[in-house]
Amino acid sequence: MTADRVVLGIESSCDETGVGLVRLAADGTVELLADAVASSVDEHARFGGVVPEIASRAHLAAMAPTMRRALDESGLELSDVDAIAVTAGPGLAGALMVGVAAAKAYASALGVPLYGVNHLGGHVAVDTLEHGPLPDRCLAMLVSGGHSQLLLVEGIAEKITEVGTTIDDAAGEAYDKVARILDLPYPGGPPIDEQAKLGDPKAIAFPRGLTGPRDAKYDFSFSGLKTAVARWVETEQREGREIPVPDVCASFQEAVADVLTAKAVRAARDLEVDTLVISGGVAANSRLSELAAQRCAEAGITLRVPRPRLCTDNGAMIAALGAHVLASGAKPSPLDMPANPGLPVSTIVVQ
Amino acid sequence: MLVIALDTSTPAVTAGLVALDDGGPRTLAERVTINPRAHGELLMPQLLDVMTEAGHVLADADAIVVGAGPGPFTGLRVGMVTAAALGQACGRPVHPVCSLDAIAAQADVTGQLLVATDARRKEAYWAAYSGRTRIDGPHVQRPADVPTEGCTAAAGELAEAFDLPVVEPRYPTPLGLVAAATLDAEPAPLVPLYLRRPDAELPSKRKSVLTRGAK
Ligand SMILES: [Zn+2]
Repeated sequence: MTADRVVLGIESSCDETGVGLVRLAADGTVELLADAVASSVDEHARFGGVVPEIASRAHLAAMAPTMRRALDESGLELSDVDAIAVTAGPGLAGALMVGVAAAKAYASALGVPLYGVNHLGGHVAVDTLEHGPLPDRCLAMLVSGGHSQLLLVEGIAEKITEVGTTIDDAAGEAYDKVARILDLPYPGGPPIDEQAKLGDPKAIAFPRGLTGPRDAKYDFSFSGLKTAVARWVETEQREGREIPVPDVCASFQEAVADVLTAKAVRAARDLEVDTLVISGGVAANSRLSELAAQRCAEAGITLRVPRPRLCTDNGAMIAALGAHVLASGAKPSPLDMPANPGLPVSTIVVQ
Repeated sequence: MLVIALDTSTPAVTAGLVALDDGGPRTLAERVTINPRAHGELLMPQLLDVMTEAGHVLADADAIVVGAGPGPFTGLRVGMVTAAALGQACGRPVHPVCSLDAIAAQADVTGQLLVATDARRKEAYWAAYSGRTRIDGPHVQRPADVPTEGCTAAAGELAEAFDLPVVEPRYPTPLGLVAAATLDAEPAPLVPLYLRRPDAELPSKRKSVLTRGAK
């Protein structure tokens, strides 16, 4: 019997610097101890998207203070840490490198093993902090400004396979672009969600990308939808009509939620899994979670969505995946491990 | 007193352990690799090699000195964040020094010295020294625009870009880093010398569609 082990997770793949701490119990269950996040989102707002160099600078400034906050939150000291996990990829190269270099130094100074883990796997693993162990097989849908993926998860530390992905924009990116068209603030998710609640989702028939009979069954496309919104708005303007922002938002959001949930439920059925995990920043979207709940219930699928705070990028998700990797007995990552902006989702831990 | 010295502000990935005793600073071990694209991969393994060769562990160090640039951003951050994390984990002070000062500290010159390193985009990071004292800089400019009058020699990887006698060193050394630091003072904040703003384009302003057609 092994005693409880404390795993520290470091995340720096995009614009959030995250440090999380989890406790891995002898029976393999994980418990959240601390989750400190520093975000540079406000510094990117006027650029309408994440500026990599600004994000990287913010990571360097935030790393040690965020670490301090996580330790204070947990009441632990660094000497209590038994293993360190860090996002090795995918993500922004310069941003990842800050977290990876820091993690190497912390692990070396503490004399504990280092695990370079996959950010996407972290988004799935985080749900075990909220809803307990995952079934042997489940489907995960990741939706955020950077990801739109359907993943078949057969053991969170063993095997993750990409079932579908976006062929152009991520879902969150489409939100940001539509928000710009409508003069709504960045990031676009929350203001569009808010406006959509006041509008009619059936007001405008926006296209559902890649839903034709010969289209890839599980892949997504949001670029056409974004263009359709832009064109519709331009036409209305040319005709001198007022733009019904709530209706545009509701109809756009309906198109996104419809395609995402339809494809996820279809993939779950085809792959014969009975559990769907939805994670990533867009998972907090009210219409997406509502429609997913409805369609999963109809299909007899158990839906698991971590609370919004855990869905966005954070260190707890990396600590959670690190804990599962540690429990699986995986070999630690080498100290000369590079940050890998294009790390494939099938690589759960860098060896 | 044992001091860890790190610098990643140039293509040289530098890690060393320096002993400060009555006879002045002495390098116990150092590892330097010239590779502008592998700072993140090489720095920590090199430092552990240094500690092993010197017969010490990281926790034996009493302080950490790190080159704060100026230097190309991504590489520079590797050394800075490594030093910050080591300092936090070992509970040791971290002293940032201007990396150009570390080069100047090791240059054997009487009179004024120009130190210049590669800022890419056909520009140089540079500073001017009188003895060990920095009298101008650090700045980032095209070599042709750097004032060299009064200087008797140039050091640093871009030393050849000026019409001056060239002296060693080309990169910051562990000994130079420690010599440039004031270890008995309160450490300065760990702020990198970027000298350039991030490349970022403001999106073109769209005409508001919300007011268009409004009554
Ligand atoms: Zn993410």
